[in-house]
Order: sequence, then C-alpha cells, then structure tokens
Amino acid sequence: MTLMQKFLGAAAGIALSAGAALAEPAIIFDLGGKFDKSFNEAAFNGATRWAEETGESFREIELQSDAQREQALRRFAEAGSNPIVMAGFAFATALGEVAGDYPDTSFVIIDMVVDAPNVRSVVFNEHEGSYLVGYMAAQASKNNTVGFIGGMDIPLIRKFACGYAQGAKAANPDTKVIANMTGTTPAAWNDPVKGGELTRAQISQGADVVYAAAGGTGVGVLQTAADEGILSIGVDSNQNYLHPGKVLTSMTKRVDNAVYNAFKDGPGLETGFNVMGLANDGVGYAMDDNNASLVSGEMEATVEAIKAKIVGGEISVHDYTSDESCPALSF
Amino acid sequence: MDFLTILQILDSSVRLAVPLLLACLAGLYSERAGIFDIGLEGKMLAAAFASAAIAYVSGSVWIGLLAGIAASMALSIVHGLASITFRGNQLISGVAINFLAAGLTVVVAQNWFKQGGRTPTLEGPARFSEITLPFADALSGIPVLGPLYAEVISGHTIIAYVAFLFVPLTWWILFRTRFGLRLRAVGENPAAVDTAGISVIWLRYSAILICGVLCGLAGAYLATALQAGFTKDMSAGRGFIALAALIFAKWRPVPALYATLLFGFLAAVATRFQTINIGTFRVPVAFTESLPYILTVVILAGFVGKAIPPRAGGAPYVKER
Repeated sequence: MTLMQKFLGAAAGIALSAGAALAEPAIIFDLGGKFDKSFNEAAFNGATRWAEETGESFREIELQSDAQREQALRRFAEAGSNPIVMAGFAFATALGEVAGDYPDTSFVIIDMVVDAPNVRSVVFNEHEGSYLVGYMAAQASKNNTVGFIGGMDIPLIRKFACGYAQGAKAANPDTKVIANMTGTTPAAWNDPVKGGELTRAQISQGADVVYAAAGGTGVGVLQTAADEGILSIGVDSNQNYLHPGKVLTSMTKRVDNAVYNAFKDGPGLETGFNVMGLANDGVGYAMDDNNASLVSGEMEATVEAIKAKIVGGEISVHDYTSDESCPALSF
Repeated sequence: MDFLTILQILDSSVRLAVPLLLACLAGLYSERAGIFDIGLEGKMLAAAFASAAIAYVSGSVWIGLLAGIAASMALSIVHGLASITFRGNQLISGVAINFLAAGLTVVVAQNWFKQGGRTPTLEGPARFSEITLPFADALSGIPVLGPLYAEVISGHTIIAYVAFLFVPLTWWILFRTRFGLRLRAVGENPAAVDTAGISVIWLRYSAILICGVLCGLAGAYLATALQAGFTKDMSAGRGFIALAALIFAKWRPVPALYATLLFGFLAAVATRFQTINIGTFRVPVAFTESLPYILTVVILAGFVGKAIPPRAGGAPYVKER
C-alpha cells in the first residue's frame, strides 16, 4: 500500500512539474485516427496551423479504444495542458465526469454539448451544409436517385443524412434518396470494403451520386464510386482531390477553425455554446480545380442563392437531433 | 423483390464471402494440425498492407500479392516459433500477432508514405481487375441461368476464383493424400504420429505456412481487388468471422464454403436492406449483421449437431523421452 502511494505520489509529482513547465494546449483525436482524411485530420490541420503561426507546440494523443477517453483527459489535465480540445461527440460522458475535477482547465468539445462552466461546446450546423450538397447532388443526378452512406449509426450522422435528403428533395421533389449506415459500432468508421459494397448496392438501386459521411469508410465509398463511374461527395475536409473529376464536391466542416480558435484563445477561452454554421463559414461546400468541370456556373449560382436564403432565414433546414425525426427521410 | 435484385445480392455475397473463405480455409489447415490460430485477422491485415504497399511501389499487383503472402507467412512463422518450437500458449501468440499487425501496419505506412497510415491509391496494373468469363455476354440471353452466369459467376477477380478452387483442393489434400492424413492425425493424436516416425514439428510448420499463404491471399484480395489501397484496420473483424465460420463448418472444407457463403449472403442482405419488414415486424439491420455470431453460438451450444474441435488443438506437443 505504502509502496503504491509512493508510486502515485512520484507519478503525480512528475506530472505536475512537467505541467508547470509546459502548460501547452492539448488535443485528443477520436478512434478514426489523426489522418482519416476527414474529421480528425481537419482537427489536426487546425492545430498544426496554430503551431506554425505561433511557433509554439501542442500535445496530442490518438485514442486506441473507448476505455482511454477519461484516462487521456485526466492525464492532460494533470499535466497542466490548457485548453484541452476533444475531437468527437463520444467524449461527452468522459468529459462530464472529468470537467468538474479540474475547474481551472478549459475544455473544448467538438460535435457535442457538455453543460459545465469550464467547457466550450462547439457544434456545427451539418444539416445546413448537407442541405447544400444534397441540392447539388439532385441537380447532378440523371436518374433522380441519390445515395447517402453514413458511418456509425448515431444521431449526428442522421443529422447529415436528413439535411442531405431535404436539400435533394428541395432541388427536385421526385428525387429518391437511399440512405445506408455502415454499422453500429466504432469499427464502422474504418471499413472501406463495406463502404464500397454499400456503394455498389446503391448504384444497383439507381443512385448516381453518393454522399459519404463515414470517416475512413468514406475512402472506400469514393473509390468505388470512381471505379463505377458515378459521382461522389466527400465530407468534413475537402476531399475533391482524392479522385479529380469524379468527386462532385465536399461538405466542408471547418473543424480546423474550431481547433485553431480554441488554441488561439488560450487557457482563458470563452466557454459555453459555440455554433458554427453557414453564416460564419463553419460549414460549406468545396469548390476547386478538381471539381470545376462538374459544377456548372448555373449550378453554383443556384446553390449560392440557396445558401443566402438559409443564412437569411428564408429556408429553415430541419435538424434531426432537435426532435429525433426527419421529414424527408425515414430511417 | 425482383430477379435482378436477387442477382445483385448474390453477386455481393460472393465478393464478401471470398476473404472469409480464404481465411476460413487458412484456419482449417492450422487447426486441423492442432494449432489454434486467432491471428488470422492480423495476418490478413499485414498482407493487405504489404500487398498494397509493394503493388504501389512496383506498379505490379502480382509482385504485391507475393509480398502480401510473404508478410503473412512471416507472421505465421512467428506464431510457429512461439507455439510450436517454444511451446507457448497458442491463443496468446495469436492475440499478440493481431496487435502487432494492427499497430505495425499503420506505423510503417505512416513512415513510408506519409499519408496517415494508409497507402496511396492503386491504379491500373497495380490492382486486380475483374475477369469476364468466356461467353458471359453471349449466354446472358438465356433466361435465369444466363444472367446468373453473367452477373454472379463471371466478373470477379482472379483471387476469387482461386479461393473457390481451394475448396476441392483442400478436400483432396486433407482426405485423399498421405500428407493430409498425417496433418489430420497430428491434430488428433500427435504422439501416434511421432511413434510412426513422422516429424510432428515439420507437419505443424507446414500447416501454418499454408495458413499463411491463404491469409496472404485474403489480405491482398481486400486491399488490391476489392479496394485500391490499404487503410488502417481494414480487415474489420473478418478474421474473427472466418473463425466463427470454421466452427460453423465443423472444421471441414466443403461446409466451410457453405458457411462462408451464408455469412457473405447475410452481410450482403444487411448491406442492401437497412430494415426488413416481415409482416408488421421490423427486423433492424443490426440483427442481420449479428446473425453469423448468433448462429455460431447456437452451433457451439450443440443444438445443430456437435462441433468437436481437433482433439490435440491448443496443446503444444512435448516429445516423450
């Protein structure tokens, strides 16, 4: 027992001294991994941009299992990292436990709301961005059928699907939307083979544009779509470059800005609710050289007009997470 | 549900069954020789990475395939050293191989290609392309059988056809050759084989090397035939489903084909239909996806005949002095 206490004391001592010396910000990536070409990579890019601009450094960890969430949070908090940014909705429970124990540390959680005085909850209006790409998908579709492939079946991903379906139906009420989820466990974020198989299944049902909101699984969706000669839509980061001329657009979610802002604001950052939507460029659609040939000027103009209407409040896009239901799509 | 939908589901079943079948046969050789192998998953993953990486660097999928097989065999030898030569616990060695492969592939890929633990996208000759069997177009006019041939049987990659050829081949090797008889004997009663003057060690090593080759094919199929490159953890538990299929098939090659086709079919159905309505009852997709595991538990519980593993399985062989 005494030996154990000594060990713990020594460990805490080391942790505290290290923390006092560094006090640098920290970021925790979710199970998809730092380089998922999507959500976590966007977070990493934001952190890197901050580091390059300020010349300072940050601490980071990639989780390997759900069990590490609380452990990783406590480790960074003990080590004096401040603020601590969590990329992912799945940290909510762990953060709820931990936040109260470290009142002097600021936490930032992305994609989820945790009600605590020292937590900033950043949420994105993914339904608005998805609405825009859904609108574009329906315009680009020749068969009037568009597909959606989600990662793990959670309300957040249904929010993407619901916004997408609303956009597609708004562009053309006859559009058929096929929605599939890859799975119900975190493995669903990293199964490109299944993503490819889902894409083939949707193609055989007539889909000629598919939207992947599925982390690493999306790589398989975009690949199969390119192989089979249909269009795809990327997510979170700009994925147009993965298959030039075959990716219609990407629904960008500026997770990088959320991380960058948090790091820039530093330890005393403003806590509370932080909504990133179309109005403040938190979400949007990606245009570059790779998809210029796919999106006509007319199409872009229409989408810009729709975007202005959403920002102006003329069009309101239903948020699945507000009442767990979707008017345009049944799950 | 129309005929075309059924064909598409069957086509998808075949694609999804191939990696399971290869891994299942790999496990069959190993376990029939008395070496439990839960490292199938890890070997597939290592092979997927090696085949994609080398195919990208060399530009030839065949060289990639060889590299995948080599990587998988290397892990087989590690398993052999731990569990045959040094008589360690076979399950622990298998778990270690799974962890080793999951971590090492990502680390090496990140260091090598700097694309975040994945390999660059493979194109052209660096990938297996789909083969259209002779007369597929000509015969597609014949009702029922024609489209069945053109859609389901034709249009897969070479590895898929090799996988199906391995079923009769495995049956022949195990039940019609001297090597097969000895292989099975070494899994049931190694002492008897040893008494007959045949090397138990050599037989078990050859079994796990065959296992390595087959896992290598399975991994290469994932990364260079179904997909165009390696991504982290891309085997996604298929090695474990293959083990379930092996128990389901009661360690026999032809039932292994049926078991993996059934599991592939269930996966294809789950892929195609998010929910299935039977009358007013709604079957969620999660249920269809978990059916392989439920069926295996039912089999293990002894409801549908008995699944008896090879008797000497899991125990290292210690020569009598």
